[in-house]
Amino acid sequence: MPSLIDLTLEGRKVGQRRPWPRVVVDASVWTFAAAELAHGRWSLLGLWGEPATVHMAIMDGQTAEIAVVSLDCPNRSFPSVGRHHPPARRLERAINDLFGLSAEGSPDARPWLDHNRWGVRFPLGDRIDALPKAAPYRFLAAEGDGLHQIAVGPVHAGIIEPGHFRFTASGETVVRLEQRLGYVHKGIDGLMTGASLARGVQLAARTSGDSTVAYAYAFSRAAEAALDLVIPDRAVFLRALLAELERLANHLGDIGAICNDASFALMHAHCGVLRESVLRAAGAAFGHRLMRDVIVPGGVSRDIGADGVQAIRAALDNIRLRFPALVELYDNTASLQDRTVDTGTLKPPLARQYAAGGYVGRASGRTFDARRTLAYPPYDSLRFDVPVLDEGDVNARVWIRVREVEQSLSLIDQILSRLPQGPTRTEVPLGGEVRESMAIVEGFRGDVLVWLRLRNGLIERCHMRDPSWFQWPLLEAVIENNIVADFPLCNKSFNCSYSGHDL
Amino acid sequence: MRKLLFESVFRQPLTERAPLPDDAAVAELATALGQAARRRLGRSLSIREVDAGSCNGCELEIHALNNAYYDIERFGLRFVASPRHADVLMVTGPVTKNMREALERTYHATPNPKWVVAVGDCARNGGCFAGSYAVVGGVSAVIPVDLHIPGCPPAPTAMLQGLLALLERADAGAVTL
Repeated sequence: MPSLIDLTLEGRKVGQRRPWPRVVVDASVWTFAAAELAHGRWSLLGLWGEPATVHMAIMDGQTAEIAVVSLDCPNRSFPSVGRHHPPARRLERAINDLFGLSAEGSPDARPWLDHNRWGVRFPLGDRIDALPKAAPYRFLAAEGDGLHQIAVGPVHAGIIEPGHFRFTASGETVVRLEQRLGYVHKGIDGLMTGASLARGVQLAARTSGDSTVAYAYAFSRAAEAALDLVIPDRAVFLRALLAELERLANHLGDIGAICNDASFALMHAHCGVLRESVLRAAGAAFGHRLMRDVIVPGGVSRDIGADGVQAIRAALDNIRLRFPALVELYDNTASLQDRTVDTGTLKPPLARQYAAGGYVGRASGRTFDARRTLAYPPYDSLRFDVPVLDEGDVNARVWIRVREVEQSLSLIDQILSRLPQGPTRTEVPLGGEVRESMAIVEGFRGDVLVWLRLRNGLIERCHMRDPSWFQWPLLEAVIENNIVADFPLCNKSFNCSYSGHDL
Repeated sequence: MRKLLFESVFRQPLTERAPLPDDAAVAELATALGQAARRRLGRSLSIREVDAGSCNGCELEIHALNNAYYDIERFGLRFVASPRHADVLMVTGPVTKNMREALERTYHATPNPKWVVAVGDCARNGGCFAGSYAVVGGVSAVIPVDLHIPGCPPAPTAMLQGLLALLERADAGAVTL
């Protein structure tokens, strides 16, 4: 079995590719890679397009080696990866919608992000006029006696992002769930093209609101890798502090929200208070409750003062005081366990196949955590555990979050006590000619991937891949054979991003 | 129960004092709400939140309005599940082309009298997404807007100030339709 390195030697290496190799391959190597993905030897990290090229990021699960393979598409098509490896299918549909490059042999050629409302087709490729009238979207069939459909969205009943869910149910039991997304597609890939790094990081930070730190972090690391830029130690630690505060706030909010969907409003209220305390501490320390626009290429735009450190420590103390009682309440409430245990079970093989990131993967036996597996600084010098469970149900996803809250508390302590002195930002050189790179950062939801090519200091192409791309399809899978009323619990325990996915 | 009573002697309630209505927001409202009929509604407002393309940042802070610190319901403001129950639409995001029709239909499903509050910088003019092939622009490009609450995202207090201003202004200028 060839290793990723062997494979990359078969292609033409592209210069200035950091920190992982990118090689241009021919169709046979491309198809070989797809087969290796299908056999489970490698994991798919991303699949994206350019006007006449497709790129695929893959990882060897055993060695954590990563490589990007690229295939030129002079005939505006490429051999489908999704034909062999289902996790690639939605990505291929998106590539076709945006660039007009079709996946040959794909079992699903329906549009995905394109709802025929943009006025153009293939907006990032060779643009053509939109269809005068698009055919209605064809949902997959589910046939049988007494089946009925429940259509939900795009405008949902709560304060939620828009998307459409089509349930087919037999009585109360869900037979099939099909998602239709793309409603919040803002064309971020298109806006990135030709943008400066300053505008690029602003857009990255607005890709998914709850992961604003993670996106700015990944984008900045990609830009710095492309420019061979070393940032000050203090900024390295502050970035991890921001990332852990974001993880803490989101996990606390989610634990409460999951319980709320089981009518346990008490947990929601208390977790909401703890989440708020984190946001206020973040606001006091960095001037913005969600810590938006703090991470920028070259470092961080705001330093933390003594009062900021004190605000964060006070919030942490409060959480340490109150959180254990809430965990105990969760663990000892039978009516809550009744809803979460054995509900929405994601089997480990499926999590592995989709390379599911974050708590979704780690609740189903997948040990990947970019902070540990790829060990980027400062995490390579911090102590923390990566909690993993095998059950894969809603309960397991709650417990992973609980454990990650505890880990984040410890990480923030370590970061604050070891925070180096010195500058927080360094000047970003223009770079000149062509520079390329990729970065992967562990957001609260999972691994955020950013691939970037700069030309004369401007962004020639930037692609960002949210962990949700590989989590949304799994939500379809886990709801099967559960009752309709358990969908909110399953959905909230995944908490996939709409905006990050639709981009 | 004894423990609860004991603790409540020492612990202050989490809920904070109501903020003062924001002056700029009041000024913007003065023209928009001139003809509005407030008397019929009583001192309560039902809000339907519509994400028309936001990054979800505004939604996070709108959610926060329901937490124990802000407890928005004490002002007579509550979030409802259907536009048919709503007096106010709180709309976020640069309206995406894929969400335009859904926003229009939600607006038309909301009974009169109604107000539209555009929340966040994107909802004002598309924010940093303006000019994209996939984005219409601000909310007012699709439906009439009565109040803008700026911010990226606006903090919960800024949203409270805006909404309170909406109520106060509407109370003062109660005119029957």
